[in-house]
Amino acid sequence: MKIAIASGKGGTGKTTLSTNLAAYIAESQKVVLSDLDVEEPNSGLFIKGALIKEENKFTMKPEWKEDKCTLCGLCQEVCNYNAIVKLGNEIVVFPELCHSCYACSELCPTNALPMVPQKMGVLKHFEKNGISFIESRLDIGQEQAVPLIAQTLEFVDENFLDTSIKLYDSPPGTSCPVIEATKDADFIILITEPTPFGFNDLKLAIETMKKLEKKFAVVINRFGIGNDDVVEYCEKENIPLIAKIPNNRKVAELYSRGELIYDKIPEVKQELKKITDYILKILKPNKA
Amino acid sequence: MKIAFTTKGEKWESMIDPRFGRTEFILIYEEEKDAFISFDNRDIEQEAHGAGPKTSQVIYDLKPDVLITGNGPGGNAASILERMNIKIFTGAGNMTVKEAYEAYKKGTLKEF
Repeated sequence: MKIAIASGKGGTGKTTLSTNLAAYIAESQKVVLSDLDVEEPNSGLFIKGALIKEENKFTMKPEWKEDKCTLCGLCQEVCNYNAIVKLGNEIVVFPELCHSCYACSELCPTNALPMVPQKMGVLKHFEKNGISFIESRLDIGQEQAVPLIAQTLEFVDENFLDTSIKLYDSPPGTSCPVIEATKDADFIILITEPTPFGFNDLKLAIETMKKLEKKFAVVINRFGIGNDDVVEYCEKENIPLIAKIPNNRKVAELYSRGELIYDKIPEVKQELKKITDYILKILKPNKA
Repeated sequence: MKIAFTTKGEKWESMIDPRFGRTEFILIYEEEKDAFISFDNRDIEQEAHGAGPKTSQVIYDLKPDVLITGNGPGGNAASILERMNIKIFTGAGNMTVKEAYEAYKKGTLKEF
């Protein structure tokens, strides 16, 4: 089962929940944790495992071969992203606009636009106490997170067939990277803080998950600050609110040192247990 | 001299469109002929990506000597315009085409 941890607003505790939940589950069974926030992966700050594997990841971009080109301009016409333009007797490719759809390359009558690999990032596999941790990091200057997220998901699918629980620390927001990170998940945990900002972005995230027809539940982090809007909203909308991680200065202290918190703060561990029980129950309704 | 403006209409009184890539019209004033050529760019609204390169490509084919616009082109668009022998002036976003032309003649627009 694939469980994505997403949020809407950034900084509400996706990584804190992902890493602590992974470590908690790993006490009783093997778990895969994958950091899909490839633009700024940070789960690795808390899961410091042994490096098992490191591989470069590539995306394919068209490269213009002047000697083969007849300047027919078809490539420019078929590109949906305006990533390729004909300027006089030259074809110019904008790799950062290209979505690697291959249309220009496949439809070019003279094969003047072969697709060539371009490095976009690095995937690393670490192991630590029953957690297989996969982290992908986009190279500086690369603009598209989606292809690297997709390849990271593929890596997890191919290499961890036997691991039943897979956690995905997703990027923030509600745009393409989040869609890619959550679209194949069986269940989404939306973590928020009980503040007006957290509440606003939570509603956007909920709308997104409803559009994707995903099963999801809400977890409140830093419970005790802000107001009751999130609680009331979840009640009114019949959205399962499965845990409330208390606001606690000690969490911040441990976090700032790159430490896990669940094994040092019993109230947090108790909330993680609630989340785990809920997930196991909802994903195996027949066994309940 | 052929002078191109990014505009919201096709007359001297029309406002400059401050956006480059997503400009509604490209209006070219040919000083020698004292005449306008206009290009309706409003289909750009349908484009989710790459408005800058697309509009630049139109400018490239129209071959003006000068471009007068508001905010100025972004990186991708600028890389296309750099391939042309064109002077770009920005800061005309709140002007009519006439006012922008006069400002250009007086030399008060900012060169990009």
